[in-house]
Amino acid sequence: MLAYLTLIFCCQLIGELIASATGLPIPGPVIGMALLFCGLLLHGKIPEELGGVGNALISNLSILFVPAGVGVMLHVKLIGTELVPISVALVVSTLLTIAVTASLMAWLSPQKAKTDEKSDGGRK
Amino acid sequence: MTRDFDQLWVYLSANPLLHLTLTLVAFHIGMFIYRRAGLNPLLNPVMIAVGLVVAVLTMTGTTYQSYFEGAQFVHFLLGPATVALAIPLYRQIEKIRQSGFAILVSIIAGSATASASAVAIAWVLGGTNEALVSLATKSVTAPVAMGISEQLGGLPSLTAVLVIITGILGASLGPYLLDLLRIKSWAARGLAIGTASHGIGTARAIQVNEVAGAFSGLAMGLNALATAILLPIAWYWFF
Repeated sequence: MLAYLTLIFCCQLIGELIASATGLPIPGPVIGMALLFCGLLLHGKIPEELGGVGNALISNLSILFVPAGVGVMLHVKLIGTELVPISVALVVSTLLTIAVTASLMAWLSPQKAKTDEKSDGGRK
Repeated sequence: MTRDFDQLWVYLSANPLLHLTLTLVAFHIGMFIYRRAGLNPLLNPVMIAVGLVVAVLTMTGTTYQSYFEGAQFVHFLLGPATVALAIPLYRQIEKIRQSGFAILVSIIAGSATASASAVAIAWVLGGTNEALVSLATKSVTAPVAMGISEQLGGLPSLTAVLVIITGILGASLGPYLLDLLRIKSWAARGLAIGTASHGIGTARAIQVNEVAGAFSGLAMGLNALATAILLPIAWYWFF
């Protein structure tokens, strides 16, 4: 358990080092994710305990955004003075992005993948 | 009695425990409401928790800086959790191999739509330059968005806030839009939510379906990459 937590931290640390050494505009954790993914490809399966540590982190992903979200209190004034352009842009653009991405993906997906999907498809 | 309480308050508010606990309790209240409402996307637990914490901080006159000293322990785990998203991604390796081309085209188109439409709408409605730059990266995961926005002359902290609001909007309104468009494929739903609303969308997608969660995490990573490369080029082209 602790060994796999250490592995995850190491992936992030190496990711941070790569990001700062190369000046890539990608954050360390995203590079770390790519590293762990490559490691899993090489290993060929997910070690059971790594799955457990990963689940513990990912199943609580939502709460990790709360501290950054509270930062909204710093910008209430600025957002207030530009409430209309900012809020209309956020809502319309977010919905448009979802519609474009989902429609393209549904349209371009190979037929085989689509039939695989239906077996576990549904609502929500 | 009041004096004792004042001293206790001074002690507690200088201790990370208080704001750490506040964050956890607020989130549990958010989760309780969200579950009670049958995982209704409109009652996003992050939104409820943020609202509660902001209310408490405002009432007690606490600054964001002193709150963050405690809350940073929660914030820190975002990095390791992002790394761990490789695990659900690996579980879907077969599906990703089958539709690699579709995934790439959809994410790049989604990424361009996210930036271009937000900037265009705000520009037409008279947004200032700072707001425009900060809006351009709104669909990208916060650390990347802040970096790009700074590079283009935006406000990194405003960017972070717009990113979080976008995440909540996509996670709460997205499922309804996808139902309306009759998109049934979990892969397409997850990909769209992850492209538009990064980690907050991914957090909800994982709760709903594992395939959707994996594709959402993938879309979050690739959208960050696409925007980081393409947006600065497009920006200097237009402005």
